[in-house]
Order: sequence, then C-alpha cells, then structure tokens
Amino acid sequence: MTTAIGKSLSRIDGRLKVTGQATYAAEFNQEGQAHAVIVGSTVGLGRIEAIDSAAVEKMPGVVAVISHLNAQRLAYNEHRGPIDPPAGERLHVLQGTEIRFFGEPVAIVVAETLDQAEHAANALKVTYSARQPQVDAHAGERVIPAVARRPGARAEADVARGDADKALETAAVKVEAEYVIARENHNPMEPHATIAAWNGDRLTLWSKSQFVANEQAEIAAIFGIPPENVQVNCPFIGGAFGTSLRTWPHVTLAALAARHVNRPVKLVLTRKQMFFATGHRPYTLQRIALGAQPDGKLISIAHEGAGETSRYEEFMEALTSVTSFMYSCPNVRTSYRLIPLDASTPTYMRGPGEASGIHALECAVDELAYKLQMDPIDLRRINEPQIDEGRQVPFSSRSMLKCYDLGAERFGWSRRTPEPGSMRDGRLLIGYGMANASYPCLFAPANARVRLLPDGTVEVEAAASDMGPGTYTSMSQVAAEYLGIPVERIRFSLGRSDFPATPPHGGSMTMASVGSAIRAACLDLQAKAAVLAAKGGGNAGLAGQSPEALEWRDGMLFVKGRSDRGVTYADLVSYGGESPLVGEGTAARDAETGQKYSMHSFGAVFAEVAIDPDVKTIKVRRALGAYGVGRVVNPKLATSQCIGGMIGGIGMAIMERTVLDRRNGRPINAHMADYLVPVNLDTPHIEAHFVDEEDTIVNPLGVKGLGEIALVGMSAAVSNAIHHATGRRVHELPIMIENLL
Amino acid sequence: MSRREALQATAGAVAFAALPLPAQAADSAATPVPPTQTLPLEVTVNGRVHQLAVDPRLSVLDMLRERLSLTGTKKGCNQGACGACTVLIDGQRVNACLALAVMHDGAKITTIEGVAEGETLHPLQVAFIEHDAFQCGYCTSGQIMSGLGCISEGHASSAEEISYWMSGNICRCGAYPGIVAAVAQAAKEDRT
Repeated sequence: MTTAIGKSLSRIDGRLKVTGQATYAAEFNQEGQAHAVIVGSTVGLGRIEAIDSAAVEKMPGVVAVISHLNAQRLAYNEHRGPIDPPAGERLHVLQGTEIRFFGEPVAIVVAETLDQAEHAANALKVTYSARQPQVDAHAGERVIPAVARRPGARAEADVARGDADKALETAAVKVEAEYVIARENHNPMEPHATIAAWNGDRLTLWSKSQFVANEQAEIAAIFGIPPENVQVNCPFIGGAFGTSLRTWPHVTLAALAARHVNRPVKLVLTRKQMFFATGHRPYTLQRIALGAQPDGKLISIAHEGAGETSRYEEFMEALTSVTSFMYSCPNVRTSYRLIPLDASTPTYMRGPGEASGIHALECAVDELAYKLQMDPIDLRRINEPQIDEGRQVPFSSRSMLKCYDLGAERFGWSRRTPEPGSMRDGRLLIGYGMANASYPCLFAPANARVRLLPDGTVEVEAAASDMGPGTYTSMSQVAAEYLGIPVERIRFSLGRSDFPATPPHGGSMTMASVGSAIRAACLDLQAKAAVLAAKGGGNAGLAGQSPEALEWRDGMLFVKGRSDRGVTYADLVSYGGESPLVGEGTAARDAETGQKYSMHSFGAVFAEVAIDPDVKTIKVRRALGAYGVGRVVNPKLATSQCIGGMIGGIGMAIMERTVLDRRNGRPINAHMADYLVPVNLDTPHIEAHFVDEEDTIVNPLGVKGLGEIALVGMSAAVSNAIHHATGRRVHELPIMIENLL
Repeated sequence: MSRREALQATAGAVAFAALPLPAQAADSAATPVPPTQTLPLEVTVNGRVHQLAVDPRLSVLDMLRERLSLTGTKKGCNQGACGACTVLIDGQRVNACLALAVMHDGAKITTIEGVAEGETLHPLQVAFIEHDAFQCGYCTSGQIMSGLGCISEGHASSAEEISYWMSGNICRCGAYPGIVAAVAQAAKEDRT
C-alpha cells in the first residue's frame, strides 16, 4: 500500500525555487508593458486641493499621470469576501479628494521604465489641506463592533458565564494587568505586485494573492464586469502571512492604469508602501484579571480587549475567543472593542487575534503561578478543562496535557529553578518561560478536480495557493494517498481563478479544506473508473461486475477479495470510455459537527532567554514547541512551518513594531532596516514536536492545521522567560532593552 | 520593437549601435528603451555577454529583472536591507539593488540562473532542498548566492560563523536553521 501521507518528502517545487525558476507575480512581464508607481498622500487626514501634473507629464518616458481628476469612475459594486471586514466600506481609490490616512494613493504615474516612473512619481506636486489625524489607540474611543450591535448578531462583543467580577472580589489570589501590543506589519519578502492586461473587456491579472477566487470576484465588482471576465494567476507567493488575503487598492490601481493607457501595466509596491494600505496586525490594548483559590483553581477570568481599526472599515479578530475555553473556570467574562483611528484598515496576520489574546492570557497565568508559588505548568494542569466550558460542548480532540509532557521533557523544564534571576550562565541571566498555544480548526467549503491522463499520470487542480507551507507537495501526497499511486505520478496545479474554487489560503485551513476536496475528487474518480470497468472495459474480467463488487488496492482495481487480474488507472483510460477521466470533489464541514464539537489545535511552547545583566540585551537561546495538530501530512515541511512560526513569534516578542508619527500618521520605520525582524543570528536552537493525535471529527483527513498556531504563544513564553531571568514583568510588546533598564 | 531597434532609437547608444552586435546580446526582454539619456554598458552575466544602453539610474537588480529577463534575482526591499537581490559581481556578493549598472561596465555577474551546471544542481542547491532551507522561496536566490560567497570567503567553518555571515539575508519564513545546515553541508563538500 502506498502511504504518501506522513512521509517527509522534500518540496516538489524545490528545484524551481533553488534555480530561480519559480515565477512570482511581478515576473510575468507582458509585451508592451508599462510601469506604474503609486503616489501616496503625505498628509494623514484631509483633502487633495490640487494636483499639478503638467510638468511631470513632460518628463521622459511618462505615459500618463492618473488621479481623481482623470481616473475612470469605478462601479465599486457590493462585494464582501469572507476575508473582508464585516462592516464598513472598502477604500475607493482615485475617486475623490478625501484623504483618510498617510500614504493613501492619490495618483499613479505610468512610464516606459521603472526608473522613469519612480522619478516622475517623486516629482508630482500634490497640494493638500491637512487636518490633525488621530492615530493614538490609547486616546481613541472604544466602540462595540457594528456586527455585534445588530439584532441577532453572529459575533458577540461581550461574552460571560458566571459572574467574573464578583468572583474576583472573593478570590484568595489575584492578578490584574494591562497589555499593550504594537502594530506589526507582515513584511513578507515579496512585495505586493500586480501585472494587469486588458483584452477588450477581459482582464488578466498576474497578482500576488492568497485568495485568487476572491480577487477575481472583488475586481469584477469594483470594475462592474462579470467575474468570468477576470482571470487571476498566482502560481507562487513570496510569503504573505495574511497580507495577501484581501484584494488591496493597488490591484485596482494596476487594472485601472492598464485600461487608462491601453497596454499592460506592472505595479509593484515599494517596501515603504507595504506599510500604508495592505493591512497590519492591529495595535491592541488588553486587560486581564485572574482570580484563584489558594490551591490554584481558577475561579475568575476577565479579559477585556480592544484593537485599532480604520474609520472606514471595522476589522475584527478573535482577540478574546480563546479565553472562554482554554481553562476550566466557572466565572469568565470577555469583551471586545474597536478603536477607530485615522489609519488604514488592519488585517489578519499570522495567528490573528489568538497571537495577541493568548499573549495576554498566558502572561497573566504565569504571573498568577508566581503569586501562588506554583510551577506554571502545574497551575495549567490543575485548570485543564474536560470540555469547552464556554460553549458546553466536547473538544473534538485536545492534547494539551500530552504537549506539556513532551515539551517539558524535551526542553528540560525540570532544570528550571523558579526564583527570578536564579539561573545564570557565566554573567548572563538565564530565564525559562512557557505558554499555551491554540488556534481553531477551520474548514471552509472547497473544490478540486482530478484528471486521469492516458499515461496513467494524474492532474490535480484547485484554485489554492502556496505561500510557503508546501501546498504543492502536501496536496500531491494527499492525491497519491487516496489514489494509491506514487507521488511522482501526480501533477498538482494551483493559483488560477478558473480552477475549482477554494477558501482563502490562510487561517490554517488549506489542508483541511483543499486536502479534503482533493480526497473527495480522488474517490469520485475511483468510483467513475469502477463504473467504467464494470461496464465492460478491457479483458481483465471485471466486466459485468457491479461497481460495488470492486475495490481499490495499491492503485489497482480488483474484484473484492481477489488479487488477480487487477486493472490499473492507465488500463482504465485505454478502455476508451470517457477520456480523460475526471473526478470532481467538494468538501465542507456539516453544520451539526460544528455545533456539537469545539475544534482547536493546542500546543505548549517554551523559550530560554539570556539577558546581559548590565546592558540588558535579550537573546532567545532556545525555543521549542510541542503541538497537537492531528495528522501531519509531511513532517519535514510541518517542522519547517512550526520553526518559522516560532521565529515569527520571537520577532513579535522582542523586535517587531510599526510606529506611527502622531503628528501626521506616518509610519516612521517603514523599511526593513528599522522594522526589525529576526535575522539568521537571532535564531535560537529551535525544535518542533508533534504529539500523536487522532481526530476523526475535524475533517476527513484528520488534520487540524498548524500555520497559525506555530506563531501563537511564543511571545508569551519569551515574555515569561524574561521575567524569570530578570524579575521584570513587561506588559508591552515588543520587549526591548529600555524596558529592562 | 526589437532590442536592436530600441538601441538605434536611443540617442546615447548611436555610437555603438552602429557596431555589429554579438548575436548573444540580442536578448528578448521586450521593454522598449525610452527616449532618455542612456549610457553604453557591457556586462557578462552567467558567462553571456550583454551590450546594453542603460539609464544611469538603473540598478544591477532592475537590469537583471527588467532588461535581461533574469528574474531569479529578487527585489525584496530595494534598500540594501534584506539581501534578496544578492548576486556575485566579480566573485564578491553584492546587493544588486544598491549597485548602479553603469558602475559595473565590464563586470562579470553570476546570478542564481548561472549556479547549476546544466541540469546538475550545485551542491549548495541540493543542500537547500535536502535541509528544507526555504518555504516561500523568495529569499532563496539571494540566500544561495550569499551562501556561495560565504563559503568562498572562508566564513563557513562553523554554524555560528555561517549564521553571522549569512545575517544580511532575511528569511521571513524563518528557514534559518535549514539555511545554516545547507551552507555547512556545501562548505564541507567544498573542502573535501
């Protein structure tokens, strides 16, 4: 039996990536293509008073200067994709004079070459009337999200069981703290890029997107054309982490510019522009209060969270959701608010909501363990729930305790002496910290197509994406597994909007959703092939059998219970029935399962820090994650994904922040030299482990997803380790030298 | 418009447009050269000679990507801070985004497209696949070019040393442990 799932295969697209042949959006150069550069607002709030383009239009190579003065009026028909904010209206570009945030596109310059376009864009004179933007979340008004205010709302802003406030008053041991987490930008290595080419009323986009099906629908709605007139292609994504889920204004601008100049246009954002209007992890403010009995049993959890949003859209994330089910506790109250600012709309960034919310919760739990003089893992064990107490339903699976065991053992947690500052390596202060991690097991409707070719190879198609987790490889493994043929005979294609539709490549749901659809398509193909064989194909003795009397083993079709005269896929095609034979698959979670079970991945993450006692430099020396994520399709790639996520979490903990100038809303560190991310030398010794976990409820594949959870929790583990090393509780991220001086 | 026509239409290139162009220089990058001041330039990229008329503002990176259709070299930040554009110029690793093309007349440039010998991957490329030293692949070209430089400079004797000398190449996916392992393996093979 071929068992492709569970094998540590190297990446199928590895050769393309190490030879420079993997082709990203900006590399699909078109004949006659011009280059477009966006001119961004240099004020953070106000109006465009004038744009003087005459001089720029005369500059060498300039083809067009497009602004609200001469841009096409766009339809902006209603379309709200599953990744768009639930309330508000998306930014309309070049349609008027209003400026809502610093860097908002006010014009595009199109020229023959990139150098000419950049020079001309810099030379364009735009006059504004400016007002004072409000970009300080601490000073902003907190509002209840509109979707929670509506009658019968699906999202709840306030959730409670028991009486957390009253219970807190009576608690023997309490902690209470406020947490501030900086705005972060995804900063994938590949900048956002779109090449747009019109052919009559048909538009082709080669565009960086984690969701080509939605990009097609969104651009069609914006331009008021049928979706089938828009083709979106994106075979490779140079990292995204959420920033390419939505279709941002630059995609519209590229298409608008291409139509304006009547030739293909390439538009690539500069690194600086990546900080303006392509989303960010919102700045968040949280307050946590915990109350426990002297034995450590939690009796009260209150979690109040608020995140920034823009004035024109309400971005929401699951900031406080985990708090209702992470621990057993009779009295829990959570609230979620938004803080509208004169800024662009935030978006999902790896581990959205959970990364920030769990940081606060897990730092508070660590603080409580110190007040109780208990080991932080022991405290968590005492409060391990049997069911999801928030929803009063069982977990589909929860391996938290196994994660503690495996993680603590591999990390060497028992070597930890609890007293802050008690561990040293030479003169360096050493700290060990840990935290829980969790992320929901999402599963959205997905489709796939499997096509059996005459040579016995199989083409698999889905409009999915591969931003780095290894979708090309792992989906090929799924198809190979269910067809019972070697992976080498599978050719999986993705990233085209005309392929069977799939959900966004985010939220750790790609394998759950697309993988399940591919499985279904493979089973459909096998069923069709069996019918073909039973109808009398060939001379293998299967003719006249009922399809139910046949079974697939090792990629061949047999009469049940017999091992002679098997028929291969290639044989079946040659019988001359339908050719090529096509299987179609759809997968979705039934509503009942969603109601009956609480479905989440869980993990325990650990960090060791070394801190210089004099200058307080912080080095994460070791990091380790133990995860219960169901079945692991490719351990080699899954390990890489987890290591990468933990490194992202280290960035969140001690480096990453986007700082806005309060005078005008300008991101003051909008480049890779001042927006610090972990580099090679910042990388600790790092390990990812998976506990054995079988979950037959989450989806047909039993996979729980791991892209998000890999980042979640690490910032709290590092923060707790810093406390262990220094005795200092720093309640803001990133934690920097100055916080420890 | 062909490259030859483009060159002839360019005032600054008249002098050498009259010269017979070597056949290998008739590259197929389709971007027309605009009516602006250009300077003549000869560079050898992956062993192939290119004679170009270039805008003096053109970076080596944009020359590779936009003029020579060598898109394996990536633009990550265009500010010399991420290393995605690393190439070897006369054997030295350089951020191609910070190098003006006109300052490299006569230079020999090696890009990711010139690393494998035909179908045979370089040992460092093999090691990158083996150690899963990338995820999205966008920084990979720069990492490999930088790794080649790191090895040839003699900066690959230990994991710590590799980590230090590879820290100019950011990998946002966080494939650093694999990158260090891959460079170490290729360096070891290089020594034996």
